[in-house]
Amino acid sequence: MSEELRPILETRGLGISFGGLKAVQDFNLRLYPGELAGLIGPNGAGKTTVFNLLTGVYVPTEGSVMLDGEVLNGKKTHQFVAAGVARTFQNIRLFRQMSVIDNVKAAFAKDIKYRMGAALFRTPAYWRAEAAMEQRALDLLDIFNLKEYAGALASSLPYGQQRKLEIARALATDMKVLLLDEPAAGMNPTETAELVECIGIVRERFGIAILLIEHDMSLVMKLCERITVLDYGQTIAEGGPEEIASNPRVITAYLGESDGEEDASHA
Amino acid sequence: MKKTVKRGYIVNSAVIAAVYALCIVLAATLGREGSFKLILAPSIWQCCYLILLASSLNLVLGFMGQLSLGHCGFMAIGAYTAALISLAFQRAGAYDDKSGPVFLAILFLCIISAGLLAAAFGVLVGIPALRLKGDYLAIITLGFGLIIENVINNLPFAGQNGLAEGSAAASLYATGLGFGSTDRVTYLWAGIGVTIISVALMFMFIRSKYGRAVRAIRDDEIAASASGINTGYYKVLTFAFSAFFAGIAGALYACCNSSLSTASFSFTNGSILNSTFVVVMVVLGGMGSLTGSVVSAVIMFILNYQIANGAWVDALPGFIQGVFTYPMLVYAVVLIVIIMFRPKGIFGTYEFSILKTPGDLVRLFKRQGRGKKSAGKEAAAQ
Repeated sequence: MSEELRPILETRGLGISFGGLKAVQDFNLRLYPGELAGLIGPNGAGKTTVFNLLTGVYVPTEGSVMLDGEVLNGKKTHQFVAAGVARTFQNIRLFRQMSVIDNVKAAFAKDIKYRMGAALFRTPAYWRAEAAMEQRALDLLDIFNLKEYAGALASSLPYGQQRKLEIARALATDMKVLLLDEPAAGMNPTETAELVECIGIVRERFGIAILLIEHDMSLVMKLCERITVLDYGQTIAEGGPEEIASNPRVITAYLGESDGEEDASHA
Repeated sequence: MKKTVKRGYIVNSAVIAAVYALCIVLAATLGREGSFKLILAPSIWQCCYLILLASSLNLVLGFMGQLSLGHCGFMAIGAYTAALISLAFQRAGAYDDKSGPVFLAILFLCIISAGLLAAAFGVLVGIPALRLKGDYLAIITLGFGLIIENVINNLPFAGQNGLAEGSAAASLYATGLGFGSTDRVTYLWAGIGVTIISVALMFMFIRSKYGRAVRAIRDDEIAASASGINTGYYKVLTFAFSAFFAGIAGALYACCNSSLSTASFSFTNGSILNSTFVVVMVVLGGMGSLTGSVVSAVIMFILNYQIANGAWVDALPGFIQGVFTYPMLVYAVVLIVIIMFRPKGIFGTYEFSILKTPGDLVRLFKRQGRGKKSAGKEAAAQ
């Protein structure tokens, strides 16, 4: 996290208003290569809105998003992905009627160079590209122990495996930054432990930057090196896990004010 | 894995080629016989364009999950394109006896240009329309179907009352392709060949990166774009690709009729050539199965033909015969029964393959046998 490193993902004064409602304002984030940062906040604080801004689902009304120095404002979601930002969703969004391996292959779409003619007439270029992709997809599934399910329908996987497949699919886009939206939501402790292991593998193998939204505080405190706290669309705190855990504004945001004066004096 | 896939392609292509050759030989030998010439040959030709129509709509409806109700509009474009081009050539004196290599070249030119013009309209309609989804897309494509009908009716060179033998498009129909008069089965091989190649191309399309992208869009459009798929591009591309084959279907339709009128493609048309019935065909066969579309197009054709011409209809009680004078009612019942008992259609998403299907059939029967046995046990327990 040294300052001489250039941030891979950076936002400057990012904000969006829906009519009169300022859902997110003046959001500044610097994510460095290899870092795992957390984004937390009470319900409705604007966390998912931030993700939608960072992936081009929403166009920001102010500020900018930069990936590796390139300004991505106003681009479409698939262009964000092409630039190197991939994400998972709060409620799992898989291609449910497709096989597990096809879910991963679909995310290779931008990497496959063969054209329509090659696909329709099954030229050697098609076979080469498909074979290479098959291998890449299997390798990726292997990392997450999903190889045995390769031919199964995505919707037939158990919940924890679906979450893993979603992460595998995001990794298939060959991204630089991975955004995980509440990956542990709805998981039992065993599945959460598996997920933590899985995130560890991702960091180790791919060395990418990860931004994580999560409600499970023990998970966030354990995993994240740096945490940003949002409330009512504004950043109220930023820092390491211990710092955040003892920050009075954060405690107020989560638990409400107990007496008022004590917290206000700190803020 | 890759090797078995390749072998599958080779075996399937070889078998299809063999069946095709057999058909052609049979057609050539039976060609002189009255009933083949008058009934079977035209029926096969009609099945060809219905198959093309249903399977091309399946790309949009079944694989991409977008409800388009204007598919016959593209067919109309294709039909009129083919007819007008052939007419132009005939007026220029490029051919007169409707045989020989020149005529054949013109025939294929008609078919290809019909497809290309329909595809161009597919792009034009698709770019604005595919920003919408579900009911809204259905409404806008429905509107397109109506618009195209009226536009063609008002084109000075397309004939307000349609193109008919003796006037505009007589060239193509009078004898040649030839269901006009004397030599009905001459070009049956071309019709079947075009259909086989088209269905094969559609199959290649869905079993490639394009097909994966399209199915991903059907399952979850937001996740598809978050996986780097340019959803707008793939949607318009697939819509145009589908329109291309609908245009070819139109060209084949034009080839087997002695007259051409937009009424044949309109919504009020009571035959099976109507955008809503194409949807019925796709649903009946299975959304997401080209095999299903091929089979259901043939089933719908046979049903339609039998209701209209079957001798057994006369043996039925009077009131059922009465119902049969409104074939729409029969198709509605067919659709209701399918949705109630087999909502995924006959084939679901299953595709036929020479190497796999026999094994799959054996497994299916075994499973059903087991199902019956366990049902028997339950009954005994009660």
